[in-house]
Amino acid sequence: MIAATEAALAKIADLVARFGPLMFHQSGGCCDGSAPMCYPRGELKLGARDVHLGDVGGQPFYIGGDQWERWKHTQLTLDLVVGRGAGFSLEAPDGVRFLIRSDVCAVP
Amino acid sequence: MKYARPNTTGAKLNFEARYGNFIGGEFVAPAKGQYFENLSPVTGRPFTEIPRSTAEDVEKALDAAHGARRAWGKTSAAHRANVLAKIADVMEQNLETLALAETWDNGKPIRESLAADLPLAIDHFRYFAGCIRAEEGSLAELDEHTVAYHLKEPLGVVGQIIPWNFPLLMATWKLAPALAAGNCVVLKPAEQTPASILLWAKLVGHLLPPGVLNIVNGFGIEAGKPLAQSPRIRKVAFTGETTTGRLIMQYASENLIPVTLELGGKSPNIFFGDVLDKDDDFRQKALEGFAMFALNQGEVCTCPSRALVDDKIYGQFLELAVARTKKIVQGDPLDTETMIGAQASNDQLEKILSYIDIGKKEGAKIRTGGERVRLGGGLEDGYYVAPTIFEGNNRMRIFQEEIFGPVVAVTGFDGYDRAIEIANDTLYGLGAGVWTRDTTQAFRAGRAIQAGRVWTNCYHLYPAHAAFGGYKQSGIGRETHKMMLDHYQQTKNLLVSYDPKPMGFF
Repeated sequence: MIAATEAALAKIADLVARFGPLMFHQSGGCCDGSAPMCYPRGELKLGARDVHLGDVGGQPFYIGGDQWERWKHTQLTLDLVVGRGAGFSLEAPDGVRFLIRSDVCAVP
Repeated sequence: MKYARPNTTGAKLNFEARYGNFIGGEFVAPAKGQYFENLSPVTGRPFTEIPRSTAEDVEKALDAAHGARRAWGKTSAAHRANVLAKIADVMEQNLETLALAETWDNGKPIRESLAADLPLAIDHFRYFAGCIRAEEGSLAELDEHTVAYHLKEPLGVVGQIIPWNFPLLMATWKLAPALAAGNCVVLKPAEQTPASILLWAKLVGHLLPPGVLNIVNGFGIEAGKPLAQSPRIRKVAFTGETTTGRLIMQYASENLIPVTLELGGKSPNIFFGDVLDKDDDFRQKALEGFAMFALNQGEVCTCPSRALVDDKIYGQFLELAVARTKKIVQGDPLDTETMIGAQASNDQLEKILSYIDIGKKEGAKIRTGGERVRLGGGLEDGYYVAPTIFEGNNRMRIFQEEIFGPVVAVTGFDGYDRAIEIANDTLYGLGAGVWTRDTTQAFRAGRAIQAGRVWTNCYHLYPAHAAFGGYKQSGIGRETHKMMLDHYQQTKNLLVSYDPKPMGFF
C-alpha cells in the first residue's frame, strides 16, 4: 500500500543515521496538508484508528483511519522533492520535502 | 503599474541581507549562529537570510516574555487598545512597503496584498483595540448576600505558530487578540515566509514594551517543537494541517494547556439552479464566486475547491465558469494587473502537480489549466500553476483533500438533499459557499452544511467581527471575532459573601 522512490529511501537512510528509528504519518488539511510527516519513531502518539500502511526503508508509515477510507483506492509512493515544507517533519531543514505520489488501484 | 523588484534600482523596498530574531525588543542573532536562505517564489531565488533558531533561542524569547508578562498584564485596557491602534496606524502609513514585502515573500499578487492582506490586518488590530475597551466581566447575584464576580485575566505567555499563506494577516489574527487581552507572545513564523513579519517588527516593535512580542524564526522541528512543548507557555495557537495539529495537541496535553487550531478544509461551493435565472449582476457575482478558487493561488484554508452545480444548469454554468476562469490574469505578482501569482514554495508546486496527476489518473476531466506555467522575464523559475478546473465525482481524492492550489473539482447534484449530502461528505468543515436567489433555500442550506462559516451569496470575505473557525477535523476555536479574546483569557471568579452572620453549616 506504500512504496518509496530511490530518492526517498536515500533520505530515510540519512535521517535514520542522524535521528535513529523514524515514523511517517500522512497529514491532511491546510497548508502542508496532504504531505507526509516524518518524525523520530514514537514522537506522534498513534491513535486506535490510525492505519499502518506498511514500511518504507524499514520505517512504519501511518495514516488516519478516516482519511484512509477516502484514500484506499490509491497506491501511494513516497518521493522526495526540493522544497521548504513546514510542519515538524525532520527532513525540512535539509531543503527537501517528502511528497506522496499516487496511482489508482480501482476507479471510484 | 509594475513595482520594481526589491533590492533593484527604483525599488520601494530593500530587504536587509540578513535578519535576526526579534526578542526582548531587539533583533538578536540566533544562539548557534545558523541561518537559512529565504527564497522568493516570484523568481525562485534567495533574497535574504533568516535565523535557523533552536531551543536556546526559544528559551531566550520565553525569558523575555516572562520578564514582560506581569507589567503588560496589568496595563489598562485603554493603554493596550491605544498600542494596538498605533500599530495599525504605522501599518497604514507603510502599507505599500508591507504589501510589497508580503508579495515578494509569499508570491501573491500585489493587487491582493494592497487591497486585502494589509487593509484587513490593519482593521483586525483596530477591531481588537475596540473589543478590549468594550469588554466587561460579569457578576451574578446568587442570593441576597452573595455575589459571583467574573473577571477576565490574561493567560500570561502564549505560543503562536503562523502559516505561510497570509503571513502578516494570519499573524495578526493571532497577535491582535492575544496582545489585546494582555498576553505576551512568542511567535514562530512559517519558514517559507519569514521575512515580511520581521520587516513589520522593525516598523512597529518599538510600540510594545520589550518582551511583549517575540519572534523566533526557524524550522518546525527545531524551533516550533520546543515552543509548542514548553511548560512555560499557557496556551498554543496553530494554523496548519491535521498531523501537526495532533502533534500540537499532544504536546499541549503534556502541559495541560489549551490549544486553538485551524487545520484547513475542503470547502464546497454550491450553485443552485436559480443562479442562472436571469442574465444580471447576480449571475456575474455567482461566476465570480466560482472563480475565487484561484484567489491567493488557491492557498487559502477555505479555498472553494469543490464546486457543486445543480444538474439543471450544469452544462451552461460550467461553460460560463470556464470562460470566466480563463479571464484570470496570471503573471508577475508585482504587476497590479496580475490576479494570480506564484505558489509559495517549490514543494507546494510539486504537491499541486501531484494532485493534478492523481486527478487525471482517477478519470477526472480537465476543462482548463492542468499544468505548470513558465513565465518569462526572469520569472522562469518561479512557482506558477494555471487555474485548473476538473470535472469528476466526490469520491475522487481531488474532491477530498485540500490541494492548496488553484484547482477546483466540479460535480453536479440532483436536488437540494443531494447537494447537502455531497457538501457534508468530507472530513472537514471550515468554509462553504451557497449561491441562490431563494433566501429560504439559502438559510436552510447554510444551517445544514457542517462548516464553521457559510458564505451566502458571497465568498472569500474575511471581515473582523465575523467568527472564523472549523467543524469536524478543521480545528478548534473561533478567530477574527471578539470571542477569540476568551481563548486568550482566564476567568477569575470571586465568590463574595456580604452576609455578616455565620454560614451555619459547620
